[in-house]
Order: sequence, then structure tokens, then C-alpha cells
Amino acid sequence: MAETVTGLPIVLTGVAAAPGGVPVLAGIDLELTAGGRTVLLGPNGAGKSTLLRVLHGLIPPSGGSIKWGDATTRPTGQAMVFQRPVMLRRSAAENIRYALDLAGIRGADADERIAEALDEVGLRALANRPARVLSGGEQQKLAFARVWALRPEVVFLDEPTASLDPAAARSVEKIIVDIHRRGTTVVMTTHNLVQAKRLADDILFLHAGRVTERTRAQEFFAGPRTAEATAFLEGERL
Amino acid sequence: MNTVSESFALAAGLVTHFDPHLVDIVFLSLRVSFTATFFAACLGLPIGAAIAVGRFPGRDALIVVLNAMMGLPPVVVGLVVYLLLSRAGPLGALGLLFTPAAMVVAQAILITPIIAALTRQTVADAWGEYREQLTSLGAGTFRAAMTLLWDTRFSLATVLLAGFGRAIAEVGAVMIVGGNINGVTRVMTTTIALETSKGDLPLALALGLVLIAIVLLLNSAAHATRGWAKARFG
Repeated sequence: MAETVTGLPIVLTGVAAAPGGVPVLAGIDLELTAGGRTVLLGPNGAGKSTLLRVLHGLIPPSGGSIKWGDATTRPTGQAMVFQRPVMLRRSAAENIRYALDLAGIRGADADERIAEALDEVGLRALANRPARVLSGGEQQKLAFARVWALRPEVVFLDEPTASLDPAAARSVEKIIVDIHRRGTTVVMTTHNLVQAKRLADDILFLHAGRVTERTRAQEFFAGPRTAEATAFLEGERL
Repeated sequence: MNTVSESFALAAGLVTHFDPHLVDIVFLSLRVSFTATFFAACLGLPIGAAIAVGRFPGRDALIVVLNAMMGLPPVVVGLVVYLLLSRAGPLGALGLLFTPAAMVVAQAILITPIIAALTRQTVADAWGEYREQLTSLGAGTFRAAMTLLWDTRFSLATVLLAGFGRAIAEVGAVMIVGGNINGVTRVMTTTIALETSKGDLPLALALGLVLIAIVLLLNSAAHATRGWAKARFG
């Protein structure tokens, strides 16, 4: 079960973002509530990854406002998995311990969580292996083990299977489902429409830095409401 | 005056027989330069990491100044330290002039900018890779800087060796603040300079060989360590 909820819903009001001075997002009004699996779709450059980082508090809005629950600064209880996992030069288990330490979880509780997390992603046997010499797929699973151990209320996933082979990608998808089942809200980006169909409860479609459509996944794939989304889906089918 | 070949033969004899005078000079050099590197590391590593990770007004100017200070002329550093430690200077009461401690101070001042600037570059490169992940996990600036210092420790070992190499090979500053007093402040480089000027080459050559051997040995160790670390930790 996820830790005590403190940062949901996430409410964006007229949010704009211009990382590095380049305008990427504009006029985003959005509310993300607890419990769902939301997939951000859209063409390259639409602003999906930027929106994910704004939601996670990594990129401050250049306009508008964002609230996590009642807070205007990013609360604890969030985690993010990046397309390319970043691991510290220490063992797999110690990478998880580092994240737990930052979250104030130490001692026997940390040991228990580390063991459980490594079991969940199937890396128990590699617990003492240096994280950076693991394969790409194993490192990504370790990134998910870190999330599993932290038990966040919401996790942001930025194309988490983009650089994985199909078997590793399916394995990661199963972990995502498990994390969600445990009570964590999932917000992710992907370019894989089949994956989006498998995982999404809701679809958030972005085009040119704006959310142009938000709907249930089934409805979206049955017939998107906007011309941009229709063109996107047709393009993907080509 | 000895011929060059005779000088080399005598120098080899001094080295292989562990001539006590030569050994004393070598150990004093190592003691002074290791101590200076230690103090420079205590200052340079955190300064470099703080500048790499921190964001504050004047940061870019500070980086430029720090990089420029890597080229500090040793004799100027020696002169400044001399003025500070001389009897009429602000730190004259400490009585450090013409002691190994003064040489440590001069070498530390000389190599602190080198260690800080190279640390900044090393940590900044790592920060570029780790920034989003560490921020996502909730690491503040101080914790991030400490984490990066630890994670880049094998690269930073090379940085420290670069500082040590600069310190132990330096002659101008330690000559000014140490005075090159036999048995007290005479180190390898100042002895080489003195003996060469006297035309007595064997000791100068022997010390030169030892100096080169030390630098080669340390750099080989650093290279091997980095290779091992890369294979072991990625």
C-alpha cells in the first residue's frame, strides 16, 4: 500500500513551461487524482516529458500555478523513473538504500524493503552486484525496485521501456501493474500505443505544448475526438 | 666536474645504496607535498563540488577566476607567503618562515585552485548525468554534492595526484619560503637546482630519477585504480 497521501490531487492551472528558455508547454489546466493509470501520448516535441517533469516538480512552471494537494512545493511521496536509469557507483541494494535514506527510512525497515523490492523485480540474486555494470534492462528493473521500496503515492514514468527489448519491456510492464495494484497512482509517457492500450486507464493527449484531449483509454483508441489525435493514431498505424 | 656518464653512475649508486642524505631529502619532499595535498584536498574538493552543484550570483565569474588560478606563478605565491610569514608580516609571529610548514602553506596555496577547478569540472560532468535523479529522490544541494564527490572518487584520485604532482615538482615557492636550508627545508627540487648550479650532478641526477619514479609510480597507480574501478563499478 502506498504511504499516506499528501500530494494528490495535483492541480495545474494555466501552467506554462519553458525549460532552458524554450517555450514547451502553454495553458495547461489539469487535475490528476489518486488511483489511476494515466498515459501521456503525443508526437515528438509535444511536451510529454516536460509535463511529467513539471508534475514531479523537476521543472518549475514559467507561468500559471501548480498545487500538490494543499502544497505549492513538491511533497514527498513521489518518485520518477527515467528512460535511461541513473545508478550510483555502488551495489544494487545500496542504490535502493540510498533512496530510502533520503526518505528517512533506515535500519531494519530499510533492509526489509530492499529485500522485498529486489524480490519483486527479480534481482535478489544481484543485490550485491555493482548497479552500473548491470544490463540496461536490469538497471531499469532496479529503478523500479527503488520505486517499490519507496512506496510512493504517485510515480512518474518517462518512457520506461523505450530502450528495452520486448521481453524486458513486458517484464517492466508487469512491475508497473504491480506498483499500481499496491495503491500507487501511475502517470507515464510512452510512444508504444499497444503498451498504452494495455496499461492506460486514462489518456492525456498533448499537441504542441497543450493538452488537446483527455479521455478514457477505451474511448480514445475507439475514436479520438480531435483531429490531432486522429492523425497521431493513424500515423502510428502506418 | 664529472662526465655525464660518471654522474649517472654515481647517481645510480646513490639511489641503489639508499644514500642517507638523499633519503632524508626524499622523505622531507614527500612529507611536505603529501601534507600540502591533504590540506588542499580538504579545501579544494568541497569548494569544487559546491561550485559544481550550487547556483549563486557570480558563479560563472568564480569559475573563470578558479580556472585562471590554476596557472598561478609559483614564485609569486612564494613571494606572497614570504610577505605574510616574514617577521614584519601579519603572520610573522607564528615563526613559520624557513620551516617545512611554510613550504606546506605555499604548496597548498598553489595546488588548491588546481584541485578545486578539476573537482568542479569532474563533479559538474557527473551532476549533468545525476541531477534529475538525485533531485527526484529529494537530495538537497549539500547531499547531492557529497554523493557526487563519493561517486566520482576514482576520477578525483587522479585530480589529487595532479595536485600532488604539481606540488612535489615545484621549486620557486618552496625555495623562497623554505630557504633551502640543508637538513631542514631542502627538498628534491631545491636540491636539484642548487647542486646543478654548483656543478655537482650526481645528487641532482639521483634526485631527478627518484622524482620521476615517484610521479610515474603514482600515475600508474591512479591509472590502474581507475581501470579497476571502471570494470568493478561501471
